[in-house]
Formats: sequence, structure tokens, C-alpha cells
Amino acid sequence: MTSRQSRSRLVVRRFIRRRLAVLGLFIVVMFFAFAYLGPAFYKWKFDKLDFTSLLEGPSGNHWFGTTQNGFDMFALTMRGLQKSLIIGLVGAVISTAIAAVAGAAAGYFSGWTDRAVITLIDLLLVLPGFLIIAILSPVFEGHTWLVFVLLLAAFQWMITARVIRSMTLSMKEREFVHAARFMGVSDWKIILRHILPNMSSFLIIDATINVSSLILAEVGLSFFGFGVQPPDISLGTLINDHWQSASTANGYQFYFPAVLLVLLVLSVNLVGDGLRDALDPNAKVGEQ
Amino acid sequence: MGKFLVQRFAYLVVLVVIATSSTYFLAAAALNPRSNFEGRNPPPSPEVVDSLLDSLNLNDKTPITERFERWVRGVTAWNLGDAIDGGSINDEMRRRMGVSLRLLLIGSILGSLAGVAAGAYGAVRQYGFSDHAMTFVSFCLLSIPTVVLSVFLANSGASLNNAVGQRVVYNTGEYTPGLAEWSGAGITDRLQHLVLPSLVLILQGFAFYSRYQRNSMLDVLGSDFVRTAQAKGLRRSRALIKHALRTALIPMGTFFAYEFALIFIGSIFVEKIFSWHGMGEWFVQSIQKNDVNATAAIGMFVAILVLIAGFLSDVVTVTLDPRIRRS
Amino acid sequence: MSTEPLLEVRDLSVTFPSEAGPVAAVRKLSYHVMPGEVLGIVGESGSGKSVSSLAVIGLLPPRAMITGSVRFKGSELLGRSDKDMSTIRGRGISMIFQDPLSAMTPVYTVGDQIAEAVRIHQQVSDQAAMKRAVELLDLVGIPNPGQRASAFPHEFSGGMRQRAMIAMAIANDPDLIIADEPTTALDVTIQAQILEVLRKAQETTGAAIIMITHDLGVIGGAANRVAVMYAGKLVETGAVDDVFYRPRMPYTLGLLGSIPRLDSAEHMPLTPIEGAPPSLIHLPPGCPFTPRCPMRIEKCEQVEPELLPLHSSGSGHLAACHRSGEIEEGNLQSTDVFPANLIASTAVEMIPREQRPTMLEIRDLVKHYPLVKGAILHRRVGTVFAVDGISLDIREGETLGLVGESGCGKTTTIMEILNLTRPTAGSIAVLGKATAQMTDRERFAVRRELSVVFQDPMASLDPRMPISDILDEPMRTHGISIPERLRRTEELLQIVGLSPEHANRYPQEFSGGQRQRIGIARALALQPKLLVLDEPVSALDVSIRAGVINLLEKLRADLDLSYLFVAHDLSVVRHIAHRVAVMYLGKIVEIGNIDAVFKLPAHPYTQALLSAVPLPDPRKERARRRIILEGDMPSPANPPSGCRFRTRCQKFAGELNDNERQRCIDEQPLLRSPENSVGDHLAACHYAEGNAVLEDIVELER
Repeated sequence: MTSRQSRSRLVVRRFIRRRLAVLGLFIVVMFFAFAYLGPAFYKWKFDKLDFTSLLEGPSGNHWFGTTQNGFDMFALTMRGLQKSLIIGLVGAVISTAIAAVAGAAAGYFSGWTDRAVITLIDLLLVLPGFLIIAILSPVFEGHTWLVFVLLLAAFQWMITARVIRSMTLSMKEREFVHAARFMGVSDWKIILRHILPNMSSFLIIDATINVSSLILAEVGLSFFGFGVQPPDISLGTLINDHWQSASTANGYQFYFPAVLLVLLVLSVNLVGDGLRDALDPNAKVGEQ
Repeated sequence: MGKFLVQRFAYLVVLVVIATSSTYFLAAAALNPRSNFEGRNPPPSPEVVDSLLDSLNLNDKTPITERFERWVRGVTAWNLGDAIDGGSINDEMRRRMGVSLRLLLIGSILGSLAGVAAGAYGAVRQYGFSDHAMTFVSFCLLSIPTVVLSVFLANSGASLNNAVGQRVVYNTGEYTPGLAEWSGAGITDRLQHLVLPSLVLILQGFAFYSRYQRNSMLDVLGSDFVRTAQAKGLRRSRALIKHALRTALIPMGTFFAYEFALIFIGSIFVEKIFSWHGMGEWFVQSIQKNDVNATAAIGMFVAILVLIAGFLSDVVTVTLDPRIRRS
Repeated sequence: MSTEPLLEVRDLSVTFPSEAGPVAAVRKLSYHVMPGEVLGIVGESGSGKSVSSLAVIGLLPPRAMITGSVRFKGSELLGRSDKDMSTIRGRGISMIFQDPLSAMTPVYTVGDQIAEAVRIHQQVSDQAAMKRAVELLDLVGIPNPGQRASAFPHEFSGGMRQRAMIAMAIANDPDLIIADEPTTALDVTIQAQILEVLRKAQETTGAAIIMITHDLGVIGGAANRVAVMYAGKLVETGAVDDVFYRPRMPYTLGLLGSIPRLDSAEHMPLTPIEGAPPSLIHLPPGCPFTPRCPMRIEKCEQVEPELLPLHSSGSGHLAACHRSGEIEEGNLQSTDVFPANLIASTAVEMIPREQRPTMLEIRDLVKHYPLVKGAILHRRVGTVFAVDGISLDIREGETLGLVGESGCGKTTTIMEILNLTRPTAGSIAVLGKATAQMTDRERFAVRRELSVVFQDPMASLDPRMPISDILDEPMRTHGISIPERLRRTEELLQIVGLSPEHANRYPQEFSGGQRQRIGIARALALQPKLLVLDEPVSALDVSIRAGVINLLEKLRADLDLSYLFVAHDLSVVRHIAHRVAVMYLGKIVEIGNIDAVFKLPAHPYTQALLSAVPLPDPRKERARRRIILEGDMPSPANPPSGCRFRTRCQKFAGELNDNERQRCIDEQPLLRSPENSVGDHLAACHYAEGNAVLEDIVELER
């Protein structure tokens, strides 16, 4: 048995010890299952109207109740959950990938590459991301949500890239990088083979944090009508549609998507925290 | 060092110029102010629409570079143009800045102070019950989006009022019209309107700062110099407060700087839910109303804020960290 | 002097919980310290020496489980509250730590931190405390103490910082000072200064000192009594002469025999101790040294020996070994117990040097760097004259030792060589090919012949790659076929003494010495001719160094290699090198055959360097006349005019008249043969004169 297997086992063992993190992971998996598989088993579809029960509370027939027009809240929420999940995941991966490549290139090559990347980072930080995505939202109406995700990722990667850059700067001086250079390994091979794999813990944790950041960013934008556009549905659009009825008897229309959203973000954060402990236990002082 | 700061400032100014120009071009290209006028009932004639748009510098038939030039000329004369609903953007901005500032200042300050204190305390009493409790609470709070938290608190306020039988707190607006601003009743009234939205900020600030301060402290707690301080004869608590906390504040300085400069933008959700007419609300509305000039003005405003934030954080870091000051 | 011990430690045990199981860092440790004496505690990593001293002063983390007794001036220290202990810390007992940069708070001035130490235990005003702080800085030899007191720790050099730490420690006239590796992070000449300061501090305060270190040379010179720790326990203790000249425990025997000595003849055999210190989790019963001990018997594996007095020695000499009686009777030496292999001279070494082909030739090499300031925006404020005109050559089959202290430019030199690019000025020729004219293709080809071994075995291997991949990488990069690579990987592991079955493992699973062997194996993968070694043994435990040094010697002989050996440890260089070049502030100040240079050094800096190295020989140490240099090395961005060494030169300060001094200020000295020199021995000094600083160079009769 090689040590790579035993190292993964050690990571898994540490993760399992954080029960809350496991709970978080369980919830996320459940959400995925319900969001994508649920509609196959549930009676009502998100776009099907039930004229017989308008604005009714939760019941055996309609688990989360119905809206004023007769849409089933559970189906709507699940549909919105799909959107949030996929935006979070795809966006996070793209964002972390951009940060890794840009940050490592800046740190490793220095000189003009470094200056160019830093200027780009500074510029994107100064540009009002929310504003720009909001302005552009009519543009991706009707098109796929991928453009939206790309834009979200485009404004998410900068701070991580900075951190990766400084990690690369210090790792560049490590002797095993020198060793590879002096045996003739080419630069990009060094970055991909030696530098980035030694940051994998950080990259994984960062990707996880990005998931919740992006989900929240989407909610924020969709809440104001930017972001996900009708007829598409996301948790953000649902919250926008129903927040005003929160204090009324029909508040369930708000609270179901809202609570599910909080639960989702909380679970993702728990997983991220658990991963941080499992992958890098030296980060905390005085481990128990 | 003075020269370095000046160079840095110049660099940031260039970035702001690029950012602002990009925002203008984007807004002018993507937004459609013409539709505002054409959508009226009865629709005005095309000539009237054109002249209206021209007067506001919003005519999409004019080349975009021309419109940009006109806008820039206005900006350099301190005139940000007119809003699409009429009225000077300068005045609107001034008014709304005041509203947002009044909304956010108290809550932000209280939240960050509470957070730093809690974070420091939690790090010192690591793994004690209070530390675990605070960490858990912060964690949950950070997972609640501002929208949800605001709606929740707004409703709780209403329920509180019902339970008590009279209006203790308000969840709509900044003040009740009709009361003199600086009278006893007026001030009480404003405070009553301020409680709920400030609570949102306090809770969020607390959660954020306590978490980061705790991590920053933990990084420092195991340091050799804390051990040296104890070896000299300082008791543990004293060594932590005098040596660890002071050193742990250095990275926090950057956060503080960004926080206070970006006060305005953090408010969009709070202003919408609690109906305060500040910058945040305007931020969203100007896009929804296709108001290109206002959007560009706000974009510039945000860029300048980020510039101030970046600059402030450099100044704070240099002040707090002698290693950078004299290197 | 009273006869009651100042500090009495009895059966002290410290255990830490860990993921893999409880770690028994200290196991029933017992020793005592008398008032005013210097006790040296010697041990390697894992011996528990630092942990035990932190236990004495009560600064172990709360998760440590401590049992036993620690009595200071008669009263028990263990179990006392933080409040009680804080009245003793800094006054009764004070501590000096290893790394003075991280040990001082970066945000307060040095003066403030020393004044704080005063204010904690004495009721004085702020001004009085600061005044005392300045006095203390003066006492420990910091120039301009009034000004320096308002500087921050990062503005001090390493030596100055450690002086400030000592000032902090003696601020309240302590009875006991614990110094935990106080000079390990410092250069040799600075180390000599600091040991001198400690001596002075002891005289001023009359305090007892516990000196914890792994450097037997430092102990030999400084200590009255010695305690040797291994795997959490004392294995031998006694008066310093007893332990050094009459060791009675195999570990001590082996240790003393395995360290290379400055005053030994060239290429004398070292007696390496096989294996590595044991893991402290799940220690097997019996003596922990058993797996490495050539004298082991069955009893050793079952029963752990007690620390018992020896028969004939004076009171106080104790050893923990079942067979110490035999060692005593036979007066066994390390060579009697441990195998010593003498490396025979190779055929190449027989050929006179001038007739051998040249592996590396450096002519007037210059490398300058722009000096940048400011952490946020970088601006150029000057030039660092890192290497300012050096020339040397290495012939086939020889080892050139390049020595110097930090900032002298030796690291820059080897980086220039390894980068294979055009230097700022001058030329480098590797195996006859000039680097300035190389095409990328030629450079790539040369990389097969030129290889490097780094200092830190932890950092020189990618922790994410298994050993097989690490060894495979150079061959893969140069297009060797897969079956050949597999075969060679096995071969390489065998050459360096490791088992090929372990090829799937990761670096963390190996000990430091094994990791360094892997690094050496990687360097040999493409069958190079010239090896650059950057301090290859300084990061290793003392008992392991000899094994790696011997391996390097053997490989050089077997594989016809040539070495450029960079080191700051002169004893190692003495042992392994044929020739030596001494660098100071970017220039070579002395170069020649190693016997010639070390027996009769001609440049004042070389003399001071050799004088500063502590010998593991208490009698010699006591008798030696030390040359202590003043101050720190000047910054390479601002070197002195004329001779760069003049600001610290003992000759300049003492023996020369004003005219002669003027020449040193105006004129840069060139490398020339000094009078009464041997062979191609050169020194760059206007008044070079051979001086046998290490008087006796033959092994003393024990």
C-alpha cells in the first residue's frame, strides 16, 4: 500500500471526525438528489398550474404549498435549487482555475507577466462587478446561463489569485523547485507538476468557499431582477417574488426557499471548514 | 516614502479613470433609455423623444464617443448631469450619501468593535464553551444572506410591535415625516427606525470580524515572541493582550480600511427591505430605469471608494507594521 | 559556594498526545545544577532537551502531561499556577531562545521590550526602566545603545538581536539562565562573539547557566558539566573532561567519534552511527539506542539501563549502559566500537593537479543585484555587490570547499554556476564550455553533467511525489527510455544505501539522513561529472552527518566525481575537501590546498574564522587564544573602500601603524602568495602572514 492511499485515508479520517462537516456534506448531497432527481418522482412540475389550489399552505398534495397563480412551491424551489447548485459549482471551478493559472504565472515568471496580471487584478477589483453584471443582464436574457456564470467567475478570482501569487513566490525559492529547474525541466511543467499540486489543499478549500460566495452573488443579483432572468427560476428570483408576503399568512412562499438557501450555504461552509481541518490540520494552533 | 505613496496614488487614479470610462461605455451601450419614453402612454412623437434624450445626453443616435465626451466635460466641471427622471445627479448623490451614511455608520462601527473583541476573547479562551458558542453563531450568521436576514428582522420587528401593543421599532423608512429633526421626539423616532437595519449590520459585522480576528489571533498565539513575553514574567493574559493582539491587528487593518470605504455599497439589500432612500437603492434603480448618467456616476463613485479603500489599507498597514515602515 | 543544588530535576516526564499515539518526549529525566556552574545539555532532534527546559520554566502547551519534580531553590515548581510562575520567570530563572527574530515582538522597539522585562519585576518608573535597558544594551556590547534602543527588532542583525535577548535575560539578575540553542542560527564568528557575551553575563550576574545545544564544540568550551540526552533520557553525565575524554556509553563514544574536527589530519576516518534516533511513539522496551549500537546484547533489548555511577571515575560521572563497565576497563575508543572505513586515494588523486582536466573554471566572476526597497512598490535604491570578482578552478577528482559566512556571496556564486547564464561580468566555464556563449540546447545537454545537492532534505524533495517519481524526473526530462529508467532507479537507491522496495514511499516517511541520500541519488541519476553541494549536511543531526559524509567520499572515489562543496562548517570542509577558498563580502580572501590554508592561514579573516570554531576538546578550548572580531559583516550593498575586511580586521586594529593602515583603506589587496607559503596558496592581504591558529594539529594522546 503506497503512502498516497494512506494519506487520503488520513484526510478522510480527519474529516469524518468533524461531525458537523459530515452533516453538511450529507445535506449538500441530499439537496443535489432532491433538486435533480426529485422532479422525476414528484407529482407536480414547476411549470404546471393547479387551478384548484391557489395560494394554499403546505399540504400532503403540495409539500410547500402553492402560489397565487397555482404554481407548486416545492417544484419551484427544487427548480431554483438546481440553478443555484450548478451556478455555484461550475462558477467555483472556473474561478479557482483562473486564479491558479494567473496567480502561479504571475508569481513564477515575475517581470512583465507579473505586472500585467497584477494590473488586471487591480482593474477588476476597481470595476464595480455587481454593476457591470447588472447592466449586462438583459444581454443574456434568453441565452444560456453560462454567460452569467462566466461573468460571476470573472469577478470572483482576483483575491485568490493574489494569495496564490504570494504562495508561488515563496514556493519558487524552495529547493525542490530549484532542483527541477537545474535538471532542465521546463517552466510550465514545473508549475503544473510541482507548484500547483503543493497548493492543492488551498485550492480545494478556496473552491469550496467560492461555491457559497457565488450562490450568494447569484441570489443578490437575481433578487433585483439582474442575474437569472424569467422564465428561468433560481432561489434568488423566488425570494424576489415572495419576500413581501413574508409577514403575512402566506409567508411560507418566502420562508421555504429562504430557509433552504440558508441551509445550503451553511452546509457548503461546513464542508469547507471540515476540509480545511482535514487537509491542513497544522493551520490551527493547539489542535485537540 | 512620500514619493512612493504619490506614485501609488497616481496608479490608482489611472485605474479609476479606466474603470469609470468602461462603466460609462457599457451603460451607454447596454441600457436603453429610449424605451422609457417610448413606453409612455400616449407615446410622444419621435422628435420629442429625441430632443428629450438629447437634453439628457442619452440619445442612442448620437455616437457613443460624443456622448462620452460630453459627459466627461461635465464631470470635470463637477457636473454629473441630470437624472432620467429630472433633477441634478449631484444633488441626488449628496442627499443619498447622507442617508446611507446615517443608516450604516453606527451599525458598522458597533459590529466591527464587537467582532474584534469577541474574536480576541474567543482565541484566548480557545475551545472553551464561549469560544465554541461564538464560533458556531458566527458561522451560522455568515451563512445567512443579507436579504434573508433583513426580511427576518423586519418581520420580527413587526411581531415585537404586535406583542407589545405599540410601535417600538419601525421597519420602513428613515423617519416619520412631520417630526422636527432635532427634537426629542424626532431623535427617538429616528432611532426607532434605525434599530432594525443597524441590527442587521451589527450581526453581520460581528460574525465577520470575530471569525477573522480569531484566526488572526490564533496565528499569532503560537508565536515565539508570545513565549518570550511569558518567559520575561508576563502572565499569559497580559502577554496575549499586549503582544499578541497588537500584532494580530496588523492584517485586520486592511479589512477595516476596506470596510469603512465600502460602507455605501454594502447597503443595497438593507435599503430595499427597509425602504431607506440611500445610495444602495439608487444603485439598483438607476439600472432598472435605464438611467445611463446616474449609472455611470455611481460606477465612478464605487471606483473612487475602492481607491480610497486600497489607499487607506496601505496607510493603515504601514502605520501598524514597523517592518514595512522602515524597510 | 553552597552545596545545595540550585535546580533539581527528578524523574521528569513529559508526554504529548498526538494523532498517532502518545509521544513520550521526556522520560524520567533527572539532573541538577549547582549555583554558578554551567551545565551543558547535549542532544539531537527528539532527545527532549528543549522540551525538558520548557517544562522547568512552565511554558509547555496545556495539552502536555508533566509528572515528576522540579525544585528550584528548594521549592517545587511543577503544578504552580501561572501567576506564581510568572514571578519566577525573568527573575529567578530566565530563558534565551534560539531564533531572536521570531522571539521578539515585531511591533515594539527593542528598548521597550527590555524595559518591560525590568518593569515586570522591579517597581521603577518608565524612564528608570528605559535607562536600565540602555545600560544593559551597553553591557552586552551593542554600539550606540541609546540610539539602538529605539530601533525595531528587524533592524538589528542576527548577532545584535541575540545580544539584546541576552540583555533581556539578565535584566533582573537571575539565578539561572537557560540558553536553548542560543548560537545555532548564527555564523561562526558571531557565535564566538555571543559565547563571549554569555561568559561576561555569567560573570556579571553570578548566574548558573544551562546551555542546550547539539554542538559538542560549544559544550567543550563553555560547560563545567555535561549531560547527554538520547530519546528523552539522560544516557551519560559528568564533568566535561570526563565525558569528552572518557565516554563510557556507546552513544557518546560514537557521537564524539563521528564529528569531523578542524584539527584532524585530512581524510581521517569518521565513525558514523548507523540508523537514526527512534520515534518517541511506542518506544520498544529496553535501551532506545539498541538498534544503532554495535555493542548490543540481548539484555539491551529487554531492560533499559539505569543511569549509574562508574567504578573508578570521580563522583558525578554516570552512564546508562549495561556494558559501561567493560568500556571503562578496556578504555575503549570510538574506533574500537564503531566501524571506521578509510577511503583509499583514487588513481586520479595521484596525478598532479595541473595535469588533470578542468571541470569548472571561474574567472573574475561578478554578479550584482539591484537593491529594492519597499514591500508594496519596489524601487531601486542601490546595488548589492554580491560577488565582486572571484576566480577559482576545480580539476577532475578533487573537492573544492567554498567557505564563508552569510552574506559573503557563496550562494550567489553557485546559483550563477547552476543557472548557466552570462554573469554581470567575468566568465564561467563548465567542463570547458563557457556559459555566456551557450545555446539553450547546449545548456540542456550540460545539465546532464552538472548536478546539485541541496541543504535541506525536507525542502529539496517534492513532498507530493513518491521517491520513484523523484528519481525518475531527471531521466524523464532528458528522454531516457522507460525500462532504462526503472533499472537505474533501483541501481541509484542501492548506491546510496537504501532499499529499492521503498521506492513507492513519500519523502515524509524517511528520516533526514535518508532523504538526503535520496537527494544525492537524484543528483547522480544522469551520471554527472561535477556535483555542486550546498551545505549538504548542516541540516542533519550530528550523529547522521558522518554517514552522509562518508557516502559522499565513497561516491566521489567510485564514480570519478568532482565536488564544489559549499559550507560554513569548517570542520566538515576540513574532512572532505582537498582545496579550500575562503570568501568574504563577495571576494575570495584566501585559496589553496586545505592543509596549507588550515595549518598556516595567512589572511586575518581566515585566522579569525579558524579561531572561532569551537573544538570538541575541553583542554584545548580552555587553552586557546581566541580572536574575536568586532561587529557585523558590512552590508554587501555598501562595502568598505580598499580592503573590505579592514573594518573588522584584528591586524588593522592592533598591529599596523598609520601608514600601513592607509594602504588598507586606499588599495584593494590582490591574491598573492604570502611568505613562507606552500604550493599555490594565495591570500589577499597587504600584510599576509601565516599564523598557526590551531596550535596542535596532531591528535592529542587521550
